[in-house]
This record gives sequence, C-alpha cells and structure tokens, in this order.
Amino acid sequence: MSPTESVEAFRSRARSWLAAAMPRLDHDAPQRLPGDDDELWLRARELQQKLYAGGFAGICFPKEYGGLGLSRAHQEAFTEESADYEMPFLLNTPTFSICCATLLDLGTEEQKRTHIAAAIRGEQALVQFLSEPSGGSDLAGLLTRAERDGDGWVINGAKTWSTSAYAADYGLCLARTDPEQPKHQGLTMFLVPTKAPGLTVNRIRMVDGSTEFCEEFFDNVRVDASAVVGRVGEGWTVASRQLFHERNAVGGGSPYVSGHGIPPTRPVGNPFTIARLTGRADDPAVRTLLGDVIARSIVDSRLVARVSAGIAEGHLPPPASSLLRLFHAECAQNREDIALRIAGAGAAVGEASGPGHVGVAGLAYLSRQTASLGGGSTEISRNIISERLLGMPREYAPDRGIPFNRIKRGTR
Amino acid sequence: MFLATAKEFLAKEYPLDRIRRPDGGEFAGFDRAWWTSAADLGWTALLVPEELGGGTISDDGTRDLALLAEQLGAGVAPGALLPTNVVLAGLVAAHGTGPDHTDTIGSLMSGESIATWAVYEPGAPWSPHRPGVTATPVDGGGFRIDGTKDRVEAASQADLLLVTAATPDGTVQILVPATAEGVAVAPQWSLDLARAFGTVRFDGVRVDAGAVVGRPGDADVIERQLQTALVVQCAEVCGGLTTMFDTTVQWAFDRYSFGRPIASYQALKHRFADMRTWLEACRAITEAAAAAVGQRTDEAPQLVSAAKVFVGERALRILQDCVQIHGGIGVTWEHDLHLFLRRATVDQSLYGTPDDHRRRLADLADAAEHAESAVSAALREAAP
Ligand SMILES: Cc1cc2nc3c(=O)[nH]c(=O)nc-3n(C[C@H](O)[C@H](O)[C@H](O)COP(=O)(O)OP(=O)(O)OC[C@H]3O[C@@H](n4cnc5c(N)ncnc54)[C@H](O)[C@@H]3O)c2cc1C
Repeated sequence: MSPTESVEAFRSRARSWLAAAMPRLDHDAPQRLPGDDDELWLRARELQQKLYAGGFAGICFPKEYGGLGLSRAHQEAFTEESADYEMPFLLNTPTFSICCATLLDLGTEEQKRTHIAAAIRGEQALVQFLSEPSGGSDLAGLLTRAERDGDGWVINGAKTWSTSAYAADYGLCLARTDPEQPKHQGLTMFLVPTKAPGLTVNRIRMVDGSTEFCEEFFDNVRVDASAVVGRVGEGWTVASRQLFHERNAVGGGSPYVSGHGIPPTRPVGNPFTIARLTGRADDPAVRTLLGDVIARSIVDSRLVARVSAGIAEGHLPPPASSLLRLFHAECAQNREDIALRIAGAGAAVGEASGPGHVGVAGLAYLSRQTASLGGGSTEISRNIISERLLGMPREYAPDRGIPFNRIKRGTR
Repeated sequence: MFLATAKEFLAKEYPLDRIRRPDGGEFAGFDRAWWTSAADLGWTALLVPEELGGGTISDDGTRDLALLAEQLGAGVAPGALLPTNVVLAGLVAAHGTGPDHTDTIGSLMSGESIATWAVYEPGAPWSPHRPGVTATPVDGGGFRIDGTKDRVEAASQADLLLVTAATPDGTVQILVPATAEGVAVAPQWSLDLARAFGTVRFDGVRVDAGAVVGRPGDADVIERQLQTALVVQCAEVCGGLTTMFDTTVQWAFDRYSFGRPIASYQALKHRFADMRTWLEACRAITEAAAAAVGQRTDEAPQLVSAAKVFVGERALRILQDCVQIHGGIGVTWEHDLHLFLRRATVDQSLYGTPDDHRRRLADLADAAEHAESAVSAALREAAP
C-alpha cells in the first residue's frame, strides 16, 4: 500500500492542476437569469469529467468505487484551492452528497461499483424521489406503491418537489410494498432509471422563475429485483440514512462535495456586490450588515467542522447533523435579508433589461424559505434536536403502530 | 487536573450565593489572598513562555486560558483573570522590542501584583488606536500623562495600569503604578455583581522611558491584547451559557403545566432546539478563535471578531429565552439566571460591541485581497 499523500502536498498539486486545467470564475459576469438550464447541466458533467481526468474527482469516496479514498481534510484543501474556479456544483446535491453517500452506506456491491463510479466520472446524475403530493414531512406516510411482478417490481404513484430530476439518470425512490404493515415497515427503496417507460417527469416553475423542481408520475414503471436498495420492507432504514445525509448536505457538512459553491441555476443576491454597485460600500450601516454576513459564515463553517468531527469521533450522535441543517438555513435567510436591505429600491425595480446583480436580491428574497424547506423542513430538524439530542418527549402520533391501510389521511 | 482543581477552588471560595449577596451590598472587590492562591494554581502563567517563568500543561496557553475562563464563567467568578492576562499578553508580545518588563511579568504571575488595561475613555466607543489621553515626551526621557480612562476593570484593586496614550509617534502603551502621583481612581457602577470597574484620572503623571511597553505605534501588541480579551470573554460566556442551558432543560422536564412537562410542548421544544444549535455554534467559534490566537494564524483577527459578534449576541438571546422559560421565577433576584445574564451583558459590551466587530470584519475583508473568497464562503449554499 502506498502511503497517503499529505494534505499539503495534495493542496499544492491541486493548485497547479487547477490553474492549468480548470476555467476561472468571472465574478463580474452578468447575473444569469433562470430559464433553460440544460446547458448548465452539460457544463457540470463536463467539469466533473475534467476533475476525473485530472485525478481530483470523488476525493472522499473509496478507491474501489472510483474515488480517491482521501480524508475530509484533503477535500477541504481542494475546496479552498478551487474557490476561484468553475466547479460542477450542480452535482454536489443530491447526486454526491445524498444519493451516492447513501448507496455507499447501504447499496449492494454492484450498485456501488456501477453508480458511484459513473457519477464520479461525470456520466451519471442521481436524484431523490421521496416527497409526494400528500406530504413531505410525514415521509413514511407516502402512497406510491410497488408490487411484485415475477422477479421485478411495478411502481405506480406520484412524486414531487424532486430537485433536478429532469437532468438525472436515476432516482432513489421510496415506495410502499406492504400496506398491511405499520407505515414505517412496509416500505422499500428502489433505484429507478428516470427514462424508464411509464415514468413522466414534468418541470415545476418556482417563485424565482427557475425550473429545477420536478414532479413525476409512475404509470406501471417496471424495475428489476436488482433495483432494490437495502432490503425489501426495510426502505425506512435506507430512507433514514438518506435523510441523515440530506440534513448533513444542506447543513454544509458533507465531505462528498466538490467544494461549497452555489449552483448557477438559481438567482442569489450577493450583498458585497450589491453594496459596491449601489455605491453604499462605505456606509457604516451597510458595513455593519456586511460584517454580519461574514461573521455568520465564519461561525457556520466552524460549526460544521466541530459537529462533523463530533459525529465522526462519537462525542455527538448522528442526529446532531440537524444542528448544521438548522443553522445553515438561518444563515442563508439572513444573507437574503441583508442583500435585500442593502439593495433598497433596486431590489424592487431595476435596469431596463432585467434585474441585474442588484435586482436579483429581490428575486432571491422571494425564494428565501427554500433554505428552510428543502432537505426536510427546519421544524422537523427542531423536532429531531429536541427529541433525539435533548431527549424531550416525542410528539403524539395517532398513526403509530397501526397498519398503513387503516390510517386516517387528509384530503389532499 | 488543572481544570478540576480550578473548579473545586472556585466552588469553595466563590459559590453563587456569595456573589449574589442576598443583603444587596456593593461588591468592593475580590480577596487579594484568594487571587494569590489562584495565581499559585497557574491562572496567570498560561500566556507566559517558559523562558520568562511561565508555562502551561498543554502546549497552547491560549487554549488553556479559554478552558479556564469557561470554568470561571460557569460560576460567574470574580477575579482578575481577564485584566491580568490581557496585560500579560501585551507584555509578552512586546518582550524584546522595548524596555524590559521581566520583573513585572514575574510579579503578575505570582499574584503579588494585579494589572489591568486602561483603554476606554469616558463617552467614547471602542477605539483603542485613538486615545484622548496624552503622553507628552519630557526632557530627559520619559512622559507626562494627562487625561481620563474609564471602564477599567478592577481599577481599585490594580497595582499597575497599562494605559494607551497618544504620542507624536503614534499610540503608545505605558505601565503606570496605581500609586503614582497624579493618579486618581474612582469606582463606577457595574451591571456585573462580581466585577468592579473604575475611572482613572491622570493629572500630569510622570513616568520614565522604561515604563513604555513595546514601541509607540506598534498595533500588533494591542491586537494581541484585544484577541486575548475576546477569547477570555467568549469562553467565559460559553461556560455560563452551558450551565444555564442545562439548568433550563432540566427545568423543562421538571415543571408541569396542564398535566404534562413543559418539555413536551413543541413551541418550547423548538426554542430549545434553536438554543441548542446556537450554543453549539458559540462553542465552535470560540474554540476556533482560541486555537487561531494560540497558534497565531492569519485568521485570528477575523475569528475573534466573528466570535465576539456571535457569542456576544446569541448568548443574550439564549439567556433571555432561559428566563422566559423559567417564568416568574426567572426574573427574581434569588434565581441564578440574572447573575449569568449580567456577566454576558457586560462581556458583550466591552472590548468592542458586536456591531464594532461587524465593521471590523468588513474592514478586514477589504484589507485582505481575498475579499472575494470571504464572499464566496459567505454565500455558500447547498441546495437540495
Ligand atoms: C428547494 C427544495 C428542494 C427539494 N428537493 C427535494 C428532492 O429533491 N426530492 C424530494 O423528494 N423532495 C424534495 N423537496 C421536498 C422537501 O423535502 C419537502 O418540501 C419538505 O420535506 C416539506 O414537506 P412538504 O413540502 O410536503 O410540507 P408539509 O409536510 O406539508 O409541511 C407543511 C408545513 O408544516 C410543517 N410541519 C409538518 N409536520 C410538522 C410537525 N410534525 N411539527 C411541526 N411542523 C410540521 C412543516 O415544517 C411545514 O412548514 C424539496 C423542497 C425544496 C423546498
């Protein structure tokens, strides 16, 4: 076995490689407006392929599945070095940080070798088919069902709010396989090709005009037995692991990402740029607000480091990832609020041609709550923290232990 | 071991009841003998390198000082931990660049003398580099000091004052004995029941050139003192917060309302979840700031300011929520909560308010050419 390359050696190798191989970011480029983002997806795959060709893809994934098998510290070093370059952030979440991470923990050997490796090579994107029109927080109450058909399964039902499904190759789909069991027990997780016959994917327009959200209809979609992730009837175990990775990912704690950047598909207000463009960068009141954004971002990154280390070393239980999820949402909202304040009237009415860097603060403000809904709502995170970290009594659930087909449901 | 001893010592000498003073009397100061024993336990040696007679159990004195401050904060202890260590941090940072203060370092470490930083001035906000107190060079070397300082911690008990003053060559720091002719100390009202502050007037006070610490215009020494003060403040607030948060969680389990523990109500569970998150964040940033100061990394100025911004404000929110969740009992003199709230309020106000440090962070970001990467870090977002 060769000794692991030191973080510093890795960092300097990454620095020269990035300079030679990756395109630099242009901070003053015109703000992209939401709309057709297919080309961004092609670009992300291309960038991922570049990372792979250069030997810098999948830093924290094991070697046998196509990664580099290096530590979080190596990834952090790479993240710092790559801050000024274009990176395939679209693939961070959910492909790497949630789906591949879950497969790594609970997938079959074959699923790991096939899908994780393909994602690292930039040839595959994976998404999550969890939420349904009938409810997202109460995930185990889902209605989509899968029935045995010979060796395989047939899936019927509907999923919604699935980020990036239109651009993906596979979805981790949780379905009910036994309605006679209580709601957490009759579930199974499947890895479903998004192009499978009978599966319709529609895009949903979001408040800021972007279209990364999707809904899916499953009409007798057939999958093989090999599509089962984990065991039949034990889908909740897989889903729980997936939700852990999701909270960790939206909290900024996942080691499986190619840096902490913002995917270019959504408008984001940058308070620093806005302060400069509105000529308010020297106003002490504005400087106080900018300092607040900096302070929170520093605190956020230190919290990620502390909680991640705490979970890895066993001082903190895995539900502690909800601390990250909750704090990150607060920071993201604070940043949108501050961008809006600095932009002033420029967030309401803008340049002739479009919102520009200042008006974008208004658009981004409209989707302020995505930070506290996506990845499971912050209310659910608070329940997890109070119940599993502080040991407070659980909320009353009248559906506990009752066969699913006998549970009362809402009208939607 | 060091921490366990500190804890035991504090619980024995300064239990909360002694600080609360049920009689409502004024706090005149802490026991000198007690402080000497504290110095014997090593509380003043942590920032001093071995060659100057100091030392610490781990290799990182700042980290140890932070852990000690956390213990003190857990019991709202009095004493001169912050002022004396801040002065020591300055003397050590300036060692070898100006007049020699080895003897002073020794007497502060032994607890024989107490020092404090006289940096604030009446009516002025945090502005250590723009002192109104003047140090006028006099014939034959030395200075004549005129002006007034205030919010000087432990002013009436300090033997030595490290005074920031304006000279023609920039801001200088001068060690002035409290007994020097022309020095007048008067007590000030303090929100913290265990901490006394005072004003100090300098009326034509004469010192010789050997009283100068470092060199005029040396901003690094002042920065080092500030960093030390912020680490101590934030760490002691973390200690107090932990004590009060744990107490409040327990209270929520024990207190029943409408036939169930208040810990079972989601409205309160959610507030506890927020508080728990903020508490973890307070600890995370304080630990990171202490490590950066201890290792003297380039990020130390940013990290201490971020810590001050966050811990300064969140501590108060958490503590006020703890008061709320205690109900009427939370606003009584008898309950311990206000002792912690007082300490945290004083700590958030001194050595720069959170807003002062927000502006400092904006300045630092401008100064670092890497403002853009601070920005991209600030804008980090992981959309699911
Ligand atoms: C940007 C974004 C990306 C997303 N990406 C995906 C994806 O890729 N794949 C996917 O499957 N899903 C995705 N989701 C869906 C997301 O997981 C759900 O929106 C979320 O779990 C909430 O479910 P819901 O929308 O059905 O709201 P509901 O469950 O109907 O909840 C409505 C409100 O009630 C609150 N609430 C519900 N139950 C409780 C309770 N027990 N206690 C207190 N409050 C409660 C919720 O917090 C919320 O505020 C995404 C959502 C967003 C916003």
